[in-house]
Formats: sequence, C-alpha cells, structure tokens
Amino acid sequence: MVRSSPVVSGSETTPVEQAPVSAPARVPQERGLSWRMLGRWEVALLGFVLGTVLFGIAETPNFLTGTNFFDFGLNIGSIAIMALPLTLIVMTGEIDLSVASTLGLASSLLGYLFAHGWPIVGAMALVIVVGLACGLFNGLLITRLGLPSLAVTIGTLALYRGIALIILGSNSVTGFPSSYTTIGTSPIPHTELSWSLGIFILMAIVYAIVLHATPVGRAMHAIGLQQEAAFFSGIRVKRIKLVLYALSGLLCSIAGILWTFQYATSRYDAGIGLELTVVTIVLFGGVSIFGGRGTIVGVVMAVCVIGGIESALTLMNVAPQVQQIVTGCLLLISVILPNAAEGIGRIRARSAISRRANE
Amino acid sequence: MNLRGSRLALAATTAVVSVASLVAVATNSASAASSRLKSGETIYFIPKDTLNPYEVIADAGGKTALNAIGDKQVVSSGTADTAAAQIPSIQAAIAAKASAIVIAGNDPSALCPSLAKAQAAGIKIVSFDSDVTCPNHLFINQANTRQIGTSEIDLLASEIHSTGQIAILSAAATATNQNAWIKYMKVELKKYPKMKLVSTVYGNDDPATSLTVLQGLLSAYPNLAGIISPTTVGISTAAQYLDTHKALLKHLTLTGLGLPSQMKKYVLDGTVKAFELWNPSNLGYLAGYAAATLASGTITGKAGQSFTAGKLGAYKILPAAAGTGPSVVLGPPTVFNKSNVLKFNF
Repeated sequence: MVRSSPVVSGSETTPVEQAPVSAPARVPQERGLSWRMLGRWEVALLGFVLGTVLFGIAETPNFLTGTNFFDFGLNIGSIAIMALPLTLIVMTGEIDLSVASTLGLASSLLGYLFAHGWPIVGAMALVIVVGLACGLFNGLLITRLGLPSLAVTIGTLALYRGIALIILGSNSVTGFPSSYTTIGTSPIPHTELSWSLGIFILMAIVYAIVLHATPVGRAMHAIGLQQEAAFFSGIRVKRIKLVLYALSGLLCSIAGILWTFQYATSRYDAGIGLELTVVTIVLFGGVSIFGGRGTIVGVVMAVCVIGGIESALTLMNVAPQVQQIVTGCLLLISVILPNAAEGIGRIRARSAISRRANE
Repeated sequence: MNLRGSRLALAATTAVVSVASLVAVATNSASAASSRLKSGETIYFIPKDTLNPYEVIADAGGKTALNAIGDKQVVSSGTADTAAAQIPSIQAAIAAKASAIVIAGNDPSALCPSLAKAQAAGIKIVSFDSDVTCPNHLFINQANTRQIGTSEIDLLASEIHSTGQIAILSAAATATNQNAWIKYMKVELKKYPKMKLVSTVYGNDDPATSLTVLQGLLSAYPNLAGIISPTTVGISTAAQYLDTHKALLKHLTLTGLGLPSQMKKYVLDGTVKAFELWNPSNLGYLAGYAAATLASGTITGKAGQSFTAGKLGAYKILPAAAGTGPSVVLGPPTVFNKSNVLKFNF
C-alpha cells in the first residue's frame, strides 16, 4: 500500500496486477529505508560542508575572504549549472555524459558567430537554440528509439566536441565586448557572487521547487523507482525524459556562454573532461545512480564541498594529483556510506522480523 | 579617465625608472642589477601542468635561480593542459600576495582577465615557454620562434636529402608555440621544392593519442620520408614506435624537439639521428631571474632595459614584434646527436 503513494493518482484505473507482482514485499521496506537514509546523507553532507569551511579557515588565511568566495563561484559556477538538469536525469534512472561537449559546442558556436559579425545577443540566442537541439537529439534517441542513455550520450560526447572542432578548428576567438567578459573578473554588483554562481542559485531554487513540490517532480521519483509501474499509472515517462534532456542541452549552452565570457575566449576544447566533475557532484550530492532518490539541496551542498575543497587545496598549494585523489575518495564515500547504512538497516529489519516471528 | 590617469602615472614611473636605471647602468655597468635584487619575495611558477617533464625541469631551473637570490618559489598548476586549470593558481598567487608570476600559458588570451587582476594587485607577470597575449608582461623566449621552425626543417632536409613526403606530429591543435613554429616550418619548406608537407596531426601531448595519430599517419602515407615532432611527448612516443618497427627506418627519419634524457636511448641505437632543444633548465633559470628583477623594481620590463641572470650573464629586453610584447631570447637551440647527447642530464 505504501508503494502506490509516490505514483500519485490513477493507480487504481491501470492494470495493477502487473506492477505489484514484481515488488510487493521488497519495495515498501526499501522506501521507508531510503527516506531515512536520505535524511542521513544530507546530514553527512552538511557535516562535509562545515568540515570543508573549517578546514579551509584552519589551513589558509585567505579562505574565508570575499575575493576567494568570488573565485570559488567563478571556478565552480558553470559546472554547477550543468549539474542541475543532470540531477533530474539521474533521478529518472538515466545519464547524460554529453554535458561538457554541449558546453564546448556552445562556446565554439558563440565565437564563430561573433567572429562572423553577428550581434552578440543574436549569437547568444542561436547558441541557446542549438543547445536545446543538442539536448532534444539526445532525448529523441533515448526515448523514441529506446536506446540506452549511456551509449547515446557517450556518442554525442564525441559528436558535439567533434562539431565544435569543425566549427573553430585550432583557432580561438577573442575580443568579446568587455561589458560581457567582465563576468570573469567582477562579481554581481554589491555582492561577492560570480554571475555563474548567482544564476546557479536561481536555477537551483526553480529546480528544487519542480523536483520536490510539484506532481512532475513526484513523477520523476516514480520513474526512477520503477519505470514500468510509473508508466502504467499514467505518467508520461518518455515525454518527461525528453523534456529533461532538452533542458540539459539548454542549461549546458547557457553554461557555455558564461564559460566563454568568463575566459574571454571561445575554443573548441572549452570545458573538456568536465562531465566527470558534473557527475561527481550529482552522485556526491546523494542522487542515486539507479534513480528515484536525490535532492537538489544535496547537490547544492556537493557543489559547496567539491568547489570548496578545490579552492582550499589550491590556496594551500597542494598538488593537483592529490586534489584528484581527494575528489575520488569523496565520490567513493558517497557511494559506500549510504550502501553500508542500507545494509545495516536491512540486517536490523531482518532481525526485527525474526524477533517478531519468535514471539 | 581613471585608466588614462593610471597609464600616465605608469608612463611617468617608467620614465623615471628607466632614467634611473640608465644612470645605474652608466655608473655601475650592467652587472649591478643582480646584487641589488630584493630577497624574501614569493614567486609563483605556473607551468602548463605539474607533470610535464619538460616544465618540471624548467621549474627546477627557476628554483635554482630563486634560491640563489633568496626568494621563495611556489609551483602551482593543474593536471590538464587547459587555461581553466591554471586560473585557480593565479587566484592563489593573488591571495598569497606573490610579487611575481612566471606562467606558461595554455591559452594565449583566456588567462588575460585573471592575469590583469594579478597585475592590478601589484604582481609582475613573466611568461615563458608558451606566451600569452595580455599587455604589460615580459616573455622569456626559449629561442627565436623563426629559428626553431626553420632549423627543424633544415635539420630534416639534411637527413633526407631534401626529398620526399614529410609530416608534423604536434601537441594540441591550439598550442600557441607549436602553431607558431609550424608556421615558420611552412615558410622554410619553400626552400626545398622536393619536400612536401602532407599532413599535420595532433597528439595532444598524450602518449596514447600521439601513438594513435602516428599510426594513422603511417598507414595513410606509407612512403613518408620524414616526421617532425616539435614536442617532447610526440617525439619520444614516435621514437619508441620506430624502435620496435625498425623496417620503417629504411625510408623514414624522425626529428623534432626532444629531451636528451628521454631520447638518448634512441640516438645511441640509431633510431633517431639528431634532434633539437634549448636547455629548459636555463630557460626556467632565466625566467626566475627576470621575475625576481622585475619584482625588485630594478627593471620594469620595457624594451631596451638589461639585467643580469646569474650564471647566464646579461640579457637585453627586445622591443615588441609581431604578436609578442617585450621579450628576452634565451639563445639558439642546441642540436643533440650521438656525439653530445650523453653530456646533458635533463
């Protein structure tokens, strides 16, 4: 009876006999558990955030300064923006590895159009449309042809980067108007927020509302937990996934525009390899790679931890190899800890049942 | 307004300082500069990445120079050769109130906003190995760009009797230095009508990628007579491949820019006859002295000024030329072959 609750309405009118068969005893237990676990992981994340800040303050005198906060936002903002749509995609049990290539394509196209005399606003508009098209292309291959998202987006990872290379070749485009490139050196007026981080925060609020306070958000949870059940209860699974991929393309192109202005340069290799950082943020934020579990708050905290640690270690002049090891370990912890908690929970539940049986 | 004011001030300071240094030079000869260097300064070296063996040697050369002066060297960069990976290091230099930054740019312009911020914070900027296009910095040129491009072609021409198809195995398609050399190689090739450049491929300074593009090159052009790889990663990967495919050596000659330590095996067993490089340790050493001298205020980095770089002697700052601002040239590249390759330990 618990299992039908996330599926919202309409579960009575659909062919129910199929869904409960696959999951009757297991699912209710896991849902109860996963809710508790999720709470726990967020508490752990909060601990990580505080730990990062304390570590930064203790190890370097310049950590908690306005300038460093701006630098932090500058370095992580565009990456964080790409993590939001990916969060929703992973929630529905899919993946998008083409995010950084979409960013690179957006940067190249923006540079190409600008170099060919387009007004900057027009160029930005077309770049966003193309980003949307990139996301739609991923989404159509995955939802309409039913192809696995991992394979499709590894393919478009190479494809979009390749198109970027064709557009710009080995050239780089510079000379963007300084009123735009100032986002790379100056924060939003009267704050220490970089523009990219400011946009991320706004977007995060919108995404949090959609994911946690709307029927569509609940539908995403349901799709991730059990796709067939969600489908049979009337959720438009393919439509939702298609929209999520389109949104991913859109936000990645916005990240690409920010990236280009921030570095005052357009190049085909903009943001190369960043998809792994984005995935790391999403998973460390507590979003289950199997779908169905995750919060925007968790992802926001993961952004703080991963960006904050990078910032502190750079200020301390720790070798970048060590920084990678730290990030790698964090990711492992984020996978191991909830799983261990789940295991312990299951053992406890089992012993409780046997105790009850013995009584 | 503000900008113009500060520019005026800068020009005035420059004038005063250059007059002062002129007087100093006149009264005390050029060698005076080094003894007046301030010690205790912190100087950031920001290589393309922290693992590139060539830059590791250059950074060590810089450390030798800074130790001699009494300054502190901090080496900071990322593991990927991108501008985005270098920017946190520039930010760290600003936070640490460094007095100078010595940087090998992964991108000619993407670092400029951050470097401008560093300059605004009073940090002197020196670039080496791969230049940036930002204003008001001193470029330490490993060798005249034209000299490297032309000497590579001349070296290969002498080995293949100026005849046959040749190809270039470069680093990243966007690398400033590689592209500048390749441009001069193409100019120099006009002297050799029987030599034809059939392809330029990019190994991204990654051994695996370099090997893949090399294999593609060899299958596309089975009669290739020469390969120039103006990057240490490219030439060592190619040499290793040729070492295990000796049949290719009957018609194929490899040359380029390489490290003696990596290449001596292949030179001694005949896989590679000759290759070139400047001494990266001296390059870092010169950059270290230039940075320390700028940080001391002894020079401002304008053309015509001179300074002494320890054991390397006196250097004069050259005026800005096409594409580069004021620069200092380390010297002509050294050709390494069987006769001298064992004498160098970098």
